[in-house]
Amino acid sequence: MSAREEVLRRIRAATRDVTEKDPAVDVPVEWEYGRPLGTVDVIADFVEKVEDYKAAVRRCGDGEIAATVIEALRALDAHSVVIPAGLPDNWIDALRDAGFELHSDEPVLSHAQLNGIDAVVTTAAVGMADSGTIALDHGIGQGRRALTLLPDRHICVIREDQVVSDVPEGVVRLTPALTQRRPVTWLSGGSATSDIELSRVEGVHGPRHLSVVLVG
Amino acid sequence: MSQPHVALFATCITDTMKPSVPIATVKLLERLGCKVSYPERQTCCGQIMTNTGYWDEAVPTVKNYVRSFGEYDYIVAPSGSCVGSVREQHPMLAKHAKDESLAREATAVAAKTYELTEFIVDVLGVTDVGAYFPHRVTYHPTCHSMRIAKVGDRPLQLLRAVRGIDLIDLPKAEQCCGFGGTFSLKNPDVSIAMATDKARHVRSTDAEYLVAGDHACLMNIGGVLHRGRSGVKTIHLAEILASTEEAAA
Amino acid sequence: MTTTARRTPEPGTWLGIPVFPKAAKQSLQNAEQRKNLAHATGTIRDKRIVRASEVPEWEELRTAAAQIKDRVGRHLDQYLLQAEAAMTAAGVTVHWARDAADANKIVADIAKAKGVDEVVKIKSMVTQEIDLNEHLEAEGIAAWETDLAELIVQLGHDLPSHILVPAIHRNRSEVREIFVKEMGQYGRPAPDGVSDNPPELAEAARLHLREKFLRAKMAVSGGNFIVADTGTLVIVESEGNGRMCLTLPETLVSVVGIEKVLPTLADLEVFLKLLPRSSTGERMNPYTSLWTGVTPCDGPQDLHVILLDNGRSNVLADPEGRAALRCIRCSACLNICPIYERVGGHAYGSPYPGPIGAILGPQLRGLEGANERALPFASSLCGACNDVCPVKIPFTDILVHLRHKVVEHKTAKHPTGEQALMKGAGWVMADGKHLATVQKGSRLAGKMFGDKWIGPLPVPLAGRWLQARDVEPPPTQTFRQWWKKEHEGGAK
Repeated sequence: MSAREEVLRRIRAATRDVTEKDPAVDVPVEWEYGRPLGTVDVIADFVEKVEDYKAAVRRCGDGEIAATVIEALRALDAHSVVIPAGLPDNWIDALRDAGFELHSDEPVLSHAQLNGIDAVVTTAAVGMADSGTIALDHGIGQGRRALTLLPDRHICVIREDQVVSDVPEGVVRLTPALTQRRPVTWLSGGSATSDIELSRVEGVHGPRHLSVVLVG
Repeated sequence: MSQPHVALFATCITDTMKPSVPIATVKLLERLGCKVSYPERQTCCGQIMTNTGYWDEAVPTVKNYVRSFGEYDYIVAPSGSCVGSVREQHPMLAKHAKDESLAREATAVAAKTYELTEFIVDVLGVTDVGAYFPHRVTYHPTCHSMRIAKVGDRPLQLLRAVRGIDLIDLPKAEQCCGFGGTFSLKNPDVSIAMATDKARHVRSTDAEYLVAGDHACLMNIGGVLHRGRSGVKTIHLAEILASTEEAAA
Repeated sequence: MTTTARRTPEPGTWLGIPVFPKAAKQSLQNAEQRKNLAHATGTIRDKRIVRASEVPEWEELRTAAAQIKDRVGRHLDQYLLQAEAAMTAAGVTVHWARDAADANKIVADIAKAKGVDEVVKIKSMVTQEIDLNEHLEAEGIAAWETDLAELIVQLGHDLPSHILVPAIHRNRSEVREIFVKEMGQYGRPAPDGVSDNPPELAEAARLHLREKFLRAKMAVSGGNFIVADTGTLVIVESEGNGRMCLTLPETLVSVVGIEKVLPTLADLEVFLKLLPRSSTGERMNPYTSLWTGVTPCDGPQDLHVILLDNGRSNVLADPEGRAALRCIRCSACLNICPIYERVGGHAYGSPYPGPIGAILGPQLRGLEGANERALPFASSLCGACNDVCPVKIPFTDILVHLRHKVVEHKTAKHPTGEQALMKGAGWVMADGKHLATVQKGSRLAGKMFGDKWIGPLPVPLAGRWLQARDVEPPPTQTFRQWWKKEHEGGAK
């Protein structure tokens, strides 16, 4: 008997007492999925929670995105920047004009190259206010996963209309990307650890600095 | 309401080792206008057997409990732990014995079984029992009162209304004292470490009395306090609530 | 032992750790460890309470999580087949493993097929359970732990003592000592003059591991959840070492217990709200990675998932005990446990310590071992774990159930002294008349001792109690007698 058959046989023997074959009938789940929270000011909540992770949040209008990104990069002393495919041209032009050393991922950058670049600038897919979480679906303007991992500073641009109250709404918004088998990464502040005496230290392997530009 | 008729479940440990606790319970309930009976057939909730894994040996206590108390409307015990066992474990033991009618009876009797402070606050609707106890006291909530019987803050409601009492918060009050029935014999070293820490927290309050709703926990902590010659006395909640100005005079 | 030199630090061993009561006694004597544990568990308890109380529907979430997990467990064959089909369609190679030996062999075979002699690892309980690292070491493959706490344990030739923070028993100065002494032997040494300040120690780990991440060709992970309808794998983490392992190598092997399946993507909302708040006491863990098979030009192009039984179907077979499979490895039960706080994780004799270890270990491994029979008794039944568990595992009910199974196991062979005592107690408590007879003895003792408290006595059983506690002398009159005197005739 193969391991697969053996494991399945054991499971079926172990659950002989279960007579109802429909899982949803057998064990109803008393939960209403996808509900928003009743947060009065979702954007203010998002800003508060993101800042609570010691991530910087800069708010700006539509016309000020590039300037705000530049300000964020300078605040983190970044000189070289990875530009994921699909980032708006006017941002790229502004960055180049501001004197940043820009790296495109076409042709594909090696891990060693990425590791030597100071920062990455991306857009985002969804923001979840209650937990201060930003989700990337690695679509246009967000790049493959390594781009937002190896550079030590991540400037993430998110629009206010992408921010929802809480995780349940966020999961709903991410479902199309996930069903299309796109990878999804949730970021809640920069990398951190509590492994020494359970005291939180910001910054380990992932980008040590997350800087959010909130556009609205 | 007409005079409530209460059957006292004295619990085997205080019946045998600390009769002042059920005596105080009787006096308190009578003072609050109850008629109190003591069904002499009663013994024990059986949890020492149940929690040690001897379920067959515990089933007779379930039968005896149902026979002793089945006919009463209110069964009251001065112990959250014993009440918790009656409610949570008796029906389970009856099912274990494959005795469906016992399971039904045990469930019905369990529903009429109250921890003392639950009965006073919820059934009698009283939070000031007219007690007088002019001492510095700290309260240990006991795990089974808190988490199994779920008595909530009823003991504190009653204690706060006691005249003359100086009630001090116990640090880390919600943590177990390490008694745990046969746990204290099977894992004596851990049990002692827990009891020692609890006694240290009690001493840090400078209280004269440590009060709790379960005598077994008081025996455990009190035993360590006595060994350490701390001078802190232990007292059951029922004994404080039964104390009056007249009795103190 | 192998004759060739080891590639990775030789770890501690679970073999030879005595049964729980003895191991606990030894642990209690380690004052430094007790201080570290009290500090760490105290910190995390307070954080958890704050984060749980921020969520108004916390209890409803716990109920939903328990129901979802029960639904999965009771129909596990369906969900596993669905997950297998979805993962396969997404380009994942799905393997099944009956036990640790199966799983270890699959991982080693993949490594050999890829021609790699080292792998980077994400912290995973399941690979601790199957002792994967030592198996790979024996095959000449170095497994590098990349989670900070696992790195501390690995470099310290130590054993994990906590589900979430395996080095919880170590303080900062011990960590510094380990890093300074060991890092250089296995890669980039700790920076000169590194202090015991946690940010500096984290930086040392970042530098030490970065070169391993950049050169790694293969990674091994566990998995927090597999979504059955899409075949999505989910890993929650904090440091980014997980993302490094999940993103940079060409090959990724994820060893996942068969109970980790969730029915749908929507179910994630329940668990991703509960897990971080229960675990690290954060609103959300820094990083959560979700991937559904192979993404061209992004991340590993060769993905394997090993679905591991290793005793889980035994747990599932016990309707009273199977709720233990709801566990999402948050460690809230360890952090709240007054026993864990004092004895630490090693005393439990396996990578699963604390209340979850006491109910899961004996069910996964059976009751043949003496320690498996001791673990259900490693609890005062205080019930603190029941209240914090995000999936509402009824710990104390399962502990008492397992105690009953242990008693049946022990007394099946021959009668025991304890059984005789309990039978005696059962007879006494079967009728008030019996109790009244026995109470004559306690009254007699009361007369003997008078007012004198009872001190230490070298007697069996009672001596264990009396070694630290005095006992008030028994009264000369029981309540039963008082009642008779006071209420002549008594009740009916």
